[in-house]
Amino acid sequence: MRDDIPKMHRLKRVVEENSITKTFVFDCDFQVQPGQFINIWLPRIDEKPMSVAFADGKELSLSIANVGSFSAAVHQLKEGDQAGLRGPYGQPFRWEAKQKIAMVGGGFGTAPLYFTAFHAIQDGCEVDLIVGARRKDLLMYEDRISKLKHTSLHLATDDGSAGHNGYNVQVLQQLIEGGKKFDMIMTCGPEVMMAAVAKLAEKYKIPAQISLERYMKCGFGLCGNCVVDPTGDTTCTKGPVVPLEYVQQVAEFGKYHRDSMGKKKEW
Amino acid sequence: MNTSIDFLGVSFPNPLVLCSGYLGVTASTWDNLAKRGAGGITTKSIWLNEHQGHPNPVILANEDFIINAVGVPDAGIKKAVEEFHEYLKRANGVPLIVNIIGGKKDDFVAIAEEINKLHPQLIEVNMSCPNVEDEHGKPFATSCPDAADLTRRIKAVTDIPITIKLSPNVENIQEIAKAVVEAGADGITAINTYGPGMVIDIDSAQPILANKFGGVSGPGIKPLAIKKVFDIASAVDVPIIGMGGIKTGRDCIEMMMAGATLVGVGSALYYRGDDAFKILLDEMVEWCSANGVKRFDEIVGRTHKVLKDL
Repeated sequence: MRDDIPKMHRLKRVVEENSITKTFVFDCDFQVQPGQFINIWLPRIDEKPMSVAFADGKELSLSIANVGSFSAAVHQLKEGDQAGLRGPYGQPFRWEAKQKIAMVGGGFGTAPLYFTAFHAIQDGCEVDLIVGARRKDLLMYEDRISKLKHTSLHLATDDGSAGHNGYNVQVLQQLIEGGKKFDMIMTCGPEVMMAAVAKLAEKYKIPAQISLERYMKCGFGLCGNCVVDPTGDTTCTKGPVVPLEYVQQVAEFGKYHRDSMGKKKEW
Repeated sequence: MNTSIDFLGVSFPNPLVLCSGYLGVTASTWDNLAKRGAGGITTKSIWLNEHQGHPNPVILANEDFIINAVGVPDAGIKKAVEEFHEYLKRANGVPLIVNIIGGKKDDFVAIAEEINKLHPQLIEVNMSCPNVEDEHGKPFATSCPDAADLTRRIKAVTDIPITIKLSPNVENIQEIAKAVVEAGADGITAINTYGPGMVIDIDSAQPILANKFGGVSGPGIKPLAIKKVFDIASAVDVPIIGMGGIKTGRDCIEMMMAGATLVGVGSALYYRGDDAFKILLDEMVEWCSANGVKRFDEIVGRTHKVLKDL
């Protein structure tokens, strides 16, 4: 039975991740695949799509940075409070057993990649997870990622306060040029960063998956706000995770997106 | 089977057109739907100036109904012109119906004049949106004199065919249909959503739509829509774009028998998926070949003929 109406779920606990990010763990039995998203609704405030940070059929986690009025409202939530959830929606990251996977996460885009790595290593995959942020205090999930088997954590900060002094994409390039062989690249984060990752994947002919972000309202392909040019597909159903070959057809990728009225905005 | 059908002198490759409001934000979306079998594309409602929609949530849906209060967001005529040029220059044979909206009557007239310059195949006038209040606080399509006056003024500034989209939330839809046709409407589009309706989350006791109320569509309104289209077809002699809760090819045929020449597809995109146009058209063709129907226009208004013969 399809049901795209939010239902209230209890917040079980809140975990501080870094100076601006908290993880909200809900009592929720949604069956989520890594890379999919849900919509979170706070009555009389707003409803937003959020990538799922983790879910096991009993709990569902969202890692949310306090960057706007809605996320500020979410950050006010305390254990025992409720929020409306609906979903999950969209296409997940996909992998095959025993693949060597490079994951490139920018800021809170790291969360769904951790979720993906958690499952991929159970299928015998080996993961290099490159986390990038502007500064050390904006990095997240280092502890969790360090505990994963068959996973190497790499850090990069724009100001050099932790890990590589520069971009996570440069770390990926160094790994590839250093002779590391990857079967797949996965990336989630700011679009300009993902566009750089996509270029590397093209250059070295490595299959890649990109998690696209567009202004979504309904989440199930009806309102049409999250369409991309020139394919005219809704990102909420065709994506958010799409293969590199798809992104190569999306002329607006890395260039522009549309606001809530459908008007073009440059990144 | 030749699936094409004529509507006000415009040839549609098949009778299934995208309803206004679903998808339809960009030219590339229209191309996508045309490739997926749409016989015609109706744009989202176009405003003269930028218009913010309502905050989220704006659409809720389940197996039984769809309710929306999107609030008709649009970036205005400048963006619209860009998108229309893109679509119209490709001339893919799938006609474009530009749906227009305004707050005051003057706004409707101004946007109609602008859109007319672009020469899409048809203009559809949305004077029945339940989510947007006009200067009187209710849609023009609920008043005979207002609906007629607005139709007359739009006809005066346009030279392409126009249809008026009517509200089902009236007791006198036949009189309103007659009033707009006498005022010059070339066709009727019916129906807009029912309601408004409301959905309450019982755990918080809060209305879920940010706008609190929204227009109701989906399978449950189909028999109501069929009756409204049947009534309109009994009252006026202009072609109709019929819509409301269409989910299957049989529903489309039923709508045509009630009097519709074209059938609006909206909910079916939710219930049948992205390929709803192709799926529904296949179902229609299958029924037609099993029942000796060679052209879709043979079934338009068939129920009216059957009742006359009694």
